[in-house]
Amino acid sequence: MSAVLFFIAAIGAIGGAIGVVMLRNPFYSVLALAFHLVSLAALFLLLRAEFVAAAQVVVYAGAVMVLYVFVVAYVGGGEQVASGAVLRVLGPLFALALAIELCIAMLGAGLKGVSSRGAPYIPGFGTPSHIGRLFLTQYLFPFEAASILLLVAAMGAVVLARRRRGLEADEQTAYRIEAPRPAYTGTMAEAAGVRPRAGDEPLKPEVEPVGTTTHDATRQQGGW
Amino acid sequence: MAIGWYLTVSAIIFCIGAGGVMVRRNPLVVLLCLELMLNGANLSLVAFARMWGSEDGQIFALIVMVVAACEVTVGLGLVVAIYRRRLPIDVDELSELHG
Repeated sequence: MSAVLFFIAAIGAIGGAIGVVMLRNPFYSVLALAFHLVSLAALFLLLRAEFVAAAQVVVYAGAVMVLYVFVVAYVGGGEQVASGAVLRVLGPLFALALAIELCIAMLGAGLKGVSSRGAPYIPGFGTPSHIGRLFLTQYLFPFEAASILLLVAAMGAVVLARRRRGLEADEQTAYRIEAPRPAYTGTMAEAAGVRPRAGDEPLKPEVEPVGTTTHDATRQQGGW
Repeated sequence: MAIGWYLTVSAIIFCIGAGGVMVRRNPLVVLLCLELMLNGANLSLVAFARMWGSEDGQIFALIVMVVAACEVTVGLGLVVAIYRRRLPIDVDELSELHG
């Protein structure tokens, strides 16, 4: 039974990983990663790591994936077909060589523990109470360091992703000049009586509407 | 199942992630492939914890998950900042820091 579950979960995890790399649309890559994470949580359960599996599903497949989905939806867009750079050819070869090397190193090492089914374990192995006790006694320092790291990362993300006035100054002035001005919006010309009387042709906005200007052109040209 | 099977799966996942980091050009997908590599390492940590019958490896796996979450947060912040500046979202073209 555990062998069947192992193979289902392992095929799911490896298939999800291949999907992340192969799929062209980043959104589908994110979905494939979510599938991979859930399969990996099943593998963790088979290894008697209940709390890690629960954290994997809740934190990773829940929160982090939502973050990814939001950013993919914000940034959007597919990817161009990869060009024929050297790395495109050498990358998969390198990965294959690394996989063979790792398998030789782990399975050819002749360690007894690797081919065993694992050491005997105490009854509450991997439950939240055990993990929590370890975190608050033996591993208190890594726990606190991790919380500080999370705080720093959250602040860093806010600082990085906020709207910066200095950097976008050119863009803002350009926007102000190019913005369409509808007729009869209280300009000096209208106050001085240049405004057409009833029966004349209505005024037209002098500038073409925003949206067809250079910014969008450069954005489309960016091509990612 | 013997622990070696889990280690093999973790090695395969790690190598798929490593290949993806080199092949893909979209920084979002590069971040996803980094996640794959971290998850492969996590699986081997949990497998070793099971092999020894102690929970220390699971603690390390949780810390790795925290580090991965931080990396994702900062990386996605960078992607949003790149998008705001209308730069191409392509790791091959963002080469200004390349000396």
